[in-house]
Amino acid sequence: MGKTYLLIPFLPLLGFFINILFGREYIRDKAHWVSVPLVGGSLAVAILTIAEVIGGRTINEDLYSWIVSGDFKVSVGFLVDQLTAVMLLVVAGVSFLVHVYSIGYMHGDEGYYRFFAYLNLFTFSMLMLIMSNNFLQLYFGWEAVGLCSYFLIGYFFKKKSAADAGKKAFIVNRFGDFGFGLGVIVIFLTFGTLHYQPVFGAVKGIVGNTVLIFGHEFDLITVIALLLFCGAVGKSAQLPLHVWLPDAMEGPTPVSALIHAATMVTAGVFMVARCNPIFNLSPFAMDVVAVVGAVTALFAATIGLVQNDIKRIIAYSTCSQLGYMFLACGVGAYSAGIFHLYTHGFFKALLFLGAGSVMHAMSGELDIWKMGGLKKHLPITYWTMLLASLSIAGVPGFAGFFSKDEILWQTFQRGELGKVLYVMATLTALLTAFYSFRIVMLAFHGKFRGTHEQEHHLHESPTAMTVPLMVLAVGAIITGWVGIPQLIGDAIGLTHSTWFFEFLTPVVGHPHGEGTHAQEVMVILVSILVGVIGIAGALYFYARQGERADKLLENPALSSVHRVLWNKYYVDELYDRIIIRPTMWVAARVVQNFTDTRIIEFIVNGVPAAIGRLSERMRALQSGLLSNYAVAMVIGLFLIIVLLSVR
Amino acid sequence: MVGLNAYMWLSLAVFTIGMIGFLTRRNIIVIFMSIELMLNAVNINLVALSHFIEDLNGQVLAFFVIAVAAAEAAIGLAILIALSRTKAGCHVDEATEMKG
Repeated sequence: MGKTYLLIPFLPLLGFFINILFGREYIRDKAHWVSVPLVGGSLAVAILTIAEVIGGRTINEDLYSWIVSGDFKVSVGFLVDQLTAVMLLVVAGVSFLVHVYSIGYMHGDEGYYRFFAYLNLFTFSMLMLIMSNNFLQLYFGWEAVGLCSYFLIGYFFKKKSAADAGKKAFIVNRFGDFGFGLGVIVIFLTFGTLHYQPVFGAVKGIVGNTVLIFGHEFDLITVIALLLFCGAVGKSAQLPLHVWLPDAMEGPTPVSALIHAATMVTAGVFMVARCNPIFNLSPFAMDVVAVVGAVTALFAATIGLVQNDIKRIIAYSTCSQLGYMFLACGVGAYSAGIFHLYTHGFFKALLFLGAGSVMHAMSGELDIWKMGGLKKHLPITYWTMLLASLSIAGVPGFAGFFSKDEILWQTFQRGELGKVLYVMATLTALLTAFYSFRIVMLAFHGKFRGTHEQEHHLHESPTAMTVPLMVLAVGAIITGWVGIPQLIGDAIGLTHSTWFFEFLTPVVGHPHGEGTHAQEVMVILVSILVGVIGIAGALYFYARQGERADKLLENPALSSVHRVLWNKYYVDELYDRIIIRPTMWVAARVVQNFTDTRIIEFIVNGVPAAIGRLSERMRALQSGLLSNYAVAMVIGLFLIIVLLSVR
Repeated sequence: MVGLNAYMWLSLAVFTIGMIGFLTRRNIIVIFMSIELMLNAVNINLVALSHFIEDLNGQVLAFFVIAVAAAEAAIGLAILIALSRTKAGCHVDEATEMKG
């Protein structure tokens, strides 16, 4: 197929350059005529490439020597294998739909061209990230998507909260990326190369090697795996670096759907799956990944239960679902994690775009308590949101059911720890179903609780917005059908029901569980049951404008739990105390009052002042009188003669 | 036959006259004349030494000195004219614009 696959990342990059260079002057509100066709072209090439990969042809080639310095050689190279193919479908597919949606959503915004330029740049960076064949290019994409995320969270930069949220996302990600960068360096020091293939080939050879850190011996592979995982924790908003994701909702909603739900935040999961040869050799690192994933899943889901901001609920839900994906990776079921990534990309993007459609109708209102009864005003949004919610709640037949069930089942089979994590994950599934239908009930059912003005203004969104919703809704249903559990597949007479996992096996392998059929049936039934209980609970408590839920809060114990959840376990406050305030104190007291004024300003002001004083004396020499210069010349001549004759 | 020493003494005398004139006079024309004296003292020296050590290089160098002196005279006259126009005279003490 030649090098046509190069068009996949570079078409969006072209769109970025055109829009950023000519957008302000010439293109302005026609920016989508540049961006959307280019991303569409990128998607078309991506689909052709995916078809090639399904046909069994993978690509791994270096195109250009990027850096050559002694032993340090890095190329710009592309790797398109089965894992990349799945990511290509999610990234290019969701990106295209979000571009189309943005035509309607961002219509009339003064920064229209800028928005599309950044969206293009993001698509390029994300595609570079997933198509890289070495760690440095991965790191490049990793940082570039972070930068675009920063640009787009702070898109409404005149609003202080948006600018702050952008900074927060960037700075919190620094913590994770610092570890990731160190991990890449350790990989280079250990293997002498940064290309995936030689690194993954050689990793078995360093089993048992240790490294001395602060006088303690650590297993080298565990150190590498945990450092890489640091980056994933930051980018994928896992505990304890999850705090940036809910605030990132300050960005425009299409951005939340694309970057903070479907693609960028899943980069961490992708990276862990890509580095599975490293992680597989470190049981400790695997356990850390699984535990962090499961704890985050439960933690974020509990917060999501009580929030009122529609986008924040979905953001916590994203955090929680990412936790699922890490849980799957941590128990060695990378293909299950990637499967959930892939289905989640569709239904979560749909939830966000649906929320955006609601906001569009409600003039930017985010509080679900001020909505209600939107069903009859926004029928398409309602039905698509309902399908997405059924999918995330794990109702059988929908995409989310199959992917979540696979994760639960694989977790269940992983020994003692696996059982504990399974219980947490199942509990999370219950909460997920509950908060998803809480949104549906409060926003779309019951009576309208907003202002008269808002009620008068309610309308369904334009076609540019509803069509992506409908496409994603189809995705939220059918994307799961490529990974139906063997058990169900056999029961309904499907061959190759687990096609998705077989497809990914060459890259990430497939775990061989030891669970029995009876146990698998049990896991499936429990997962259906908790989904149904969660949905039924939400329907019960949030019917009639949520008066039953309000009544629950009169119980003092529940209301104090509610307060803790409402304040997100006070994590932000904790970080404020232990990190932000000490840093600000050091900045003000030490840096500003001592380092800056006493040291740096002493040098930068002192040197010119000293030179000034010196030259003040020296200017007396330049009298302007020719005879003085003549005397100086003669004296100089004599001195030279004396010196020469003395020697 | 006149010996080398005589030439050296002559050269020294001419150079000293030129140097004293260069240091003491304020008239720019006289200063130029003094510089010419010093250059020609050097020329006497070069030619005399060239003759006595039987090496023509010294005489060639004397021609270069003459050429440089001619160029210097041309520039010097230009400065002189500029000075006489702006200061209405040719006293170097009057031109102190380059004072720092």
